[in-house]
Amino acid sequence: MTRPASPPAPKPLALVCPAGTPAALDAAVEAGADAVYCGYADATNARNFPGLNFSPVEMRAAVARTHRAGRALYIAINTFPRAGEEAVWHRAVDNAAEAGADAVILADLGLLAYAQAHHPNLRLHLSVQAAASTPEAIRYLAQAFGVQRVVLPRVLTLAEVTALTAAVAPVETEVFAFGGMCVMAEGRCQLSSYVTGQSPNTHGVCSPAGAVQFRREAGGDVTARLNDITIDRHAAGSPAGYPTLCKGRFRANGTTGYLFEEPTSLNAADHIPGLIAGGVRALKIEGRQRGHAYVARVVAEFRRAIDAAVAGGFTLPDLASEMEGGRATAGAYDRRWR
Amino acid sequence: MTLERAKLTLGPLHFHWPTAQRRDFYARIADEAPVDTVILGEVVCSKRAPFFDSHIPEVAERLHRAGKEVVLASLALVMQARERQAVLDLAAGDDFLVEANDLTAVAACAGRPHTVGPLVAVYNPGTLELMARQGATRVCLPGELTGDAITALARAAMITGTEIEVQAFGRLPLAISARCYHARAHGLHKDGCRYVCEKHPDGMDLDTLDGTPFLAVNGVQTLSGSYLDLLGDLGRLRAAGVSRFRLSPQDCDMVAVAESFRAVLDGAVPAAQAQDRLRDLCPGRRFSNGFLHGAEGKSYRPAVGAP
Repeated sequence: MTRPASPPAPKPLALVCPAGTPAALDAAVEAGADAVYCGYADATNARNFPGLNFSPVEMRAAVARTHRAGRALYIAINTFPRAGEEAVWHRAVDNAAEAGADAVILADLGLLAYAQAHHPNLRLHLSVQAAASTPEAIRYLAQAFGVQRVVLPRVLTLAEVTALTAAVAPVETEVFAFGGMCVMAEGRCQLSSYVTGQSPNTHGVCSPAGAVQFRREAGGDVTARLNDITIDRHAAGSPAGYPTLCKGRFRANGTTGYLFEEPTSLNAADHIPGLIAGGVRALKIEGRQRGHAYVARVVAEFRRAIDAAVAGGFTLPDLASEMEGGRATAGAYDRRWR
Repeated sequence: MTLERAKLTLGPLHFHWPTAQRRDFYARIADEAPVDTVILGEVVCSKRAPFFDSHIPEVAERLHRAGKEVVLASLALVMQARERQAVLDLAAGDDFLVEANDLTAVAACAGRPHTVGPLVAVYNPGTLELMARQGATRVCLPGELTGDAITALARAAMITGTEIEVQAFGRLPLAISARCYHARAHGLHKDGCRYVCEKHPDGMDLDTLDGTPFLAVNGVQTLSGSYLDLLGDLGRLRAAGVSRFRLSPQDCDMVAVAESFRAVLDGAVPAAQAQDRLRDLCPGRRFSNGFLHGAEGKSYRPAVGAP
């Protein structure tokens, strides 16, 4: 007599971690990442910084090392191909398939169509840059291109994330849990290119370092500028953060302050139990531009917190030293943030 | 080569104007503005929609009687159930062409004729062809595209038979957020915003610490501080195959703005003369066209060759 199969146990929350260098990749794997995501060293990825990311040869080695450790490697090709230069993006998808990546993370609809047509066995994840925020959008992308997981835009509350996750199953959802935080809907922000000519969407950079200047004023203050736009000003000796456009101080309505957002990090660690209960498939750590020591500490803390939550004894990770300006916000996960 | 007459689109009003002002505005557009198409509907914030939604049929009827094509725009950032339903209802309607402004609307409009707005990421011919196959008859391209990218897209659009539209006047929509910066600047949250965005019919100026004008805040939307002015670039864009130009409504004489663009497209007035007029119509405003020239968007570059 055969017994009816019991329903499969829900997959546990996977920890998806950033690596901009082979050293960071090893650190993430060592610290307990379930999956690591990387990009090629060009404009096809959204962290296109000098000295960062992987050549095709390095990527093949990275896939092999990650697989030997029993983990997954995703390749982010998550900028929008520039008209006339699509071949660069197509080659990146070809290289990722050839390297044996477990998934590619894409944002551009045309590139999704290319990947589906040329590499039908390549698993497709939708980048946060694609800005798919509703069940209708996600079901359409799953149906049209076979997208199997969606990284959700950082615009949704925890309640909305949970409802969306239930609505789009079996398409999986992945959410950002920690690191740098865009306050604008990603993939739809042209602030950086308005000021510097370099766009996160087509160049893979926001507020690029080449456009940053720190200038000491006569009174001793230090002014941080992006191109010729003043982003912030600090008293001499006080810590000056990186002048990301949307974390600057500006004047409006007669007040001066951080009108978009303060220099702060996203930290949604206290929502881990809620995200597990809500059926979210994966937690994503931001920071391919960060060093291996940072990656090791953050990944280890999240590994511990997730394992504890699964075991029923959740305690908050200790990450104060890893946050920008020592400050953090749960961002849009809390409705009051809006 | 002779070119078909270029068309003008009056884009959706981004700002939260009082209902009476909006009705007067569109009445005058219907009677006087030389635009071919008018886009109605709330793109920025669903909380504003109830103020004007009930007037749309009457306004659309008046524009239609005046010979204008009316297009209804969908919301740019869709998150809540009622916002999703509004998009589905819009897409299911039979009376008007719909402009899809996010992927929810792209999905809902697939399989029927529609247009795609500048807030949807159409950066390359591959994506353009996909949109065309799904029924997009017209695509207004994202503001940050360079002239070279526009040229490549317009070439691809000739094969698919898609109209290519480019914004040519007004503040550029640069970003959209779940957070309301208008409310935040007034010490409020989005849920209890008191509609403070109504105080700034042309956007709330946001300046640097040095007092340099920089951006404009409009609720959850961030716009350029400068107005886009492509008057000097129309000839080049026409030659590249761009068939429509979008004028984004600002708190100025939009009839006169439309007349200036029409006159340059028709070859009746030199671009330089129209640009002088535009600056008179928008006192105190700065102008930009940098994106088109592959530079930072906020800069203004002289056109290469006059139309």
